[in-house]
Amino acid sequence: MKLAYWPGCVSRGFTTELHGSMAFSAEKLGIELVELDRANCCGAGVIAEHNQELADTLNARTFALAQQTGLAMMNICSTCQGAQSECQQRLDADSAYRAHINEALSGQGLEYIKGKDGFENKNFLWVLVEDYGLDQLASKVVRPLSGLRVGPFYGCYVVRPKDRLGYEQHPDRDIYLEKTIEALGGEVVEYDGARKCCGFPVITMNRETSLRQAGTHVGDAIDAGADCLVTPCPLCHLNLDMQQPDAAKIVNRDLDLAVLHLPQLVGLALGGEPKQLGMSKHIASTKWVEERLAGAAAPA
Amino acid sequence: MAEYTLKVRRYQPESGEGAYWEEFKVELDPSLSVLDGLLQAKDRDDGSLSVRCSCRAAICGSCGMKINGQSGLGCKTQIGEAQDLADKRASTHSAAPGRGSDDGSISDSPGVAEAEEAAPILVEPMGNMPVIKDLITDMESTHWTKIRRVTPWLLPHGEPPEREYVVEPESMIDITQSMACIQCGACVSSCLSMEADPDFIGPAALAKAYRFVGDPRDAETKERLHDLAEDPHGIYDCTHCFSCVDACPKGVAPMDQIMRLRRKAGEDEIEDPHNGHNHEMAFVKIIEQKGTLDEALLQQESYAPGVKGKLKPTRGAIEGLGKSLPTVLRAIKSGKARSLAKLIPGIHPKLPGGAQDEVKAIYRHAREHNEEFNIYIQGEEDVEPEPDETEAEEKV
Repeated sequence: MKLAYWPGCVSRGFTTELHGSMAFSAEKLGIELVELDRANCCGAGVIAEHNQELADTLNARTFALAQQTGLAMMNICSTCQGAQSECQQRLDADSAYRAHINEALSGQGLEYIKGKDGFENKNFLWVLVEDYGLDQLASKVVRPLSGLRVGPFYGCYVVRPKDRLGYEQHPDRDIYLEKTIEALGGEVVEYDGARKCCGFPVITMNRETSLRQAGTHVGDAIDAGADCLVTPCPLCHLNLDMQQPDAAKIVNRDLDLAVLHLPQLVGLALGGEPKQLGMSKHIASTKWVEERLAGAAAPA
Repeated sequence: MAEYTLKVRRYQPESGEGAYWEEFKVELDPSLSVLDGLLQAKDRDDGSLSVRCSCRAAICGSCGMKINGQSGLGCKTQIGEAQDLADKRASTHSAAPGRGSDDGSISDSPGVAEAEEAAPILVEPMGNMPVIKDLITDMESTHWTKIRRVTPWLLPHGEPPEREYVVEPESMIDITQSMACIQCGACVSSCLSMEADPDFIGPAALAKAYRFVGDPRDAETKERLHDLAEDPHGIYDCTHCFSCVDACPKGVAPMDQIMRLRRKAGEDEIEDPHNGHNHEMAFVKIIEQKGTLDEALLQQESYAPGVKGKLKPTRGAIEGLGKSLPTVLRAIKSGKARSLAKLIPGIHPKLPGGAQDEVKAIYRHAREHNEEFNIYIQGEEDVEPEPDETEAEEKV
C-alpha cells in the first residue's frame, strides 16, 4: 500500500512523536508514505472562519498535490480531516466554484479534479479499518495489548458533522477506535468523553472552559478504569496531555493519565519500544502503560 | 411491527427520589418514531410518563430529547434507526461497565445488552437544562433566557416606511438558514461548550443573533457584534465541535452561524478582550508567510499582536502569556519543544522550493476575487450539463 501523506503542522511541531511513530508504524505495516512536503496548513477551521474561499483554495492546492502523485491521500490529524473535508465538500458540490478555485492554482500547474481516480482524503484511522483491514492489522501484532484498558478519544472532526464525513457510506466510523483497540488485543474502556470536545479550539480565548473540558474527560476515563487514552488528533493530544497538569487544577483533582497518539498504540502492538515511539516526550507519564504491557495487574 | 425496549430516564419531583431508569416494551413499525413509542408506553403501561409534544411532525419543536445520547426530536427519529444505533454502540462494549451520558457515547449505567438480545434504546431528557419531570426540561432558565439575551427582534433606524420594508430577495439568502429555527433546544442540549461553561450564550441564541446581524434592515449590527464579541461567554466561547450542527433537526447549523458572526466581527475589526480576533488574524497571517503553523508565533501574536513594534503589550496579553508559560516550560522539559524554531517566534521555516510563493499567490487571488461573504453550498451534487444539452445550447 502506498499513500500520499499529509502529516499536518502539529505533528511536526509540538507533537513530533506523532510524526515519528507514524513513520515507525507505517514501515511495520508495509505502508509506503509519500510525504506532501510542499503542502500547506489546512487552516484548522480558523482560516475558513476568516475567508472560506481562501481556505478552500489552500486545501484544493493540497488535494491537487496529492492527485499529482496518483495516490490516495492520508492525514494523521482529526482537525486536518475536518477542515479539509469541509473544503472538499464545497469544492465537490459546484463545478463553477471548483473552476474558479482552480483558476487560482493554474499558475502553479495544479488542478483539483473531483473524484479523480476515486480521490479520497482519509485519516489514518479510516485507512486502517477500511483499506488496510483490521484482520491484516491483527496479523501483524507481535505484542498484543492484552490487559491494557484503552479509552478512545476521537476528536470532533472525525465524528461530526456526520453528513460531511462519509458516514452514509461508512456508518461505523464512530466506532473504529474501539474496533482498532480490540484488533490490537487491548480492552476498550467506555467513558463519557470519547466523542466529546477536548476544548483545544478555545484554549486561547477561554482557557478555563477549554481546560475544564479536557480535565473532565481525562477524569471520567480514569474513573472508568482506563490505563490510557488513544487519539487520532494531535490537537486533542495537546489539550489532553500537554495541558493536563493545568486541566487538573481547573477540575480540582489528580489526573495523570497517559494519552497516546493512534500510531503509538499501533506501534506498541507492532513491537515498538515506548521510547522509540516518542512516548518519553509526553507530559503525562506513560510509565504505567509500559508496566501494564509488562504484565502489571490493574489497581483494585 | 417489531418489538423495542425503550429505556427511559425518569424523574418525579413529588416522589422525593432521584432519577432512575425504567424499561418499556413497545411494539410498532420501525418507520414510526421514538415519540410514537413513548406515547404507546404512556397509553398502555404508565400514564404518568411525561413528555412534551404537539405536532409530531418536526414543526412545533416540543419533543426535544436525547436518544442514545444524541440530542434531537423524538418525532423525527425513527425507532428502527434508533435501534440500529443502540445495537451498534452495544457491539463495542468489550470492557468496563457502561457509564456516561452525552453526545455520541452511550448514556448512563446498566446499558450493556445480554448477548443475542437487542440493546435498549436509551431515552433521556435534554442536557444542559434542569429536568422538571421525566423528559420535560425547564427551557426557561437556559434556552429562553439566552434567546432574550441577544435582543431577538429587528432594530431598524429612522422612520418606518409607509408600507412594508422592501429588501432584495438575494440579501435575505444569508439568513434563511438561521430563520429555520423552531426553538426546540436540541442544539443547546448537545452543546459541549455549555457543558463546561453554563454561561455560554449558546448555539440557539447565537444563531438567532445572526438572523438579525445578517438582516439588511437591522441598523444595530455593529452594536450587536461588539456585544457578542466582548461578552466572555459570547461568540469566542464556542468550541467548534459541530455537536449543534448534528443535533439540529432543521438544518440551521448553529455553529456555522456563530462562525459567520465571527467573520462579520472580524470584518468590522472588532477587538475582543479574549484574543479571538487576534488569534484568527495571526493564524491567517502566519500561513501566508510560512505555509505551515509557527506555533510559537501564533501564541505570541494571539496575545500581543505586533508586540515587538509596539513594545507595549496589554495587561491581558501579559496575563495570557503568563498563564501559558508553565505549559511551554513543561514542553521544553519533556523534549517536545527543544528546537529553537518551536520556542522563538518567527524562525519557523517557510515551505520549500517556491511553494511559499504559491501560497502567497493563493492569498492574493482570494483577496482579489472574494466576492461572496459566505459561501452557501450545502453538499448538493452539481448537475453537470449533459453533453448533448450543451451542444444544443451552443447551437442556439
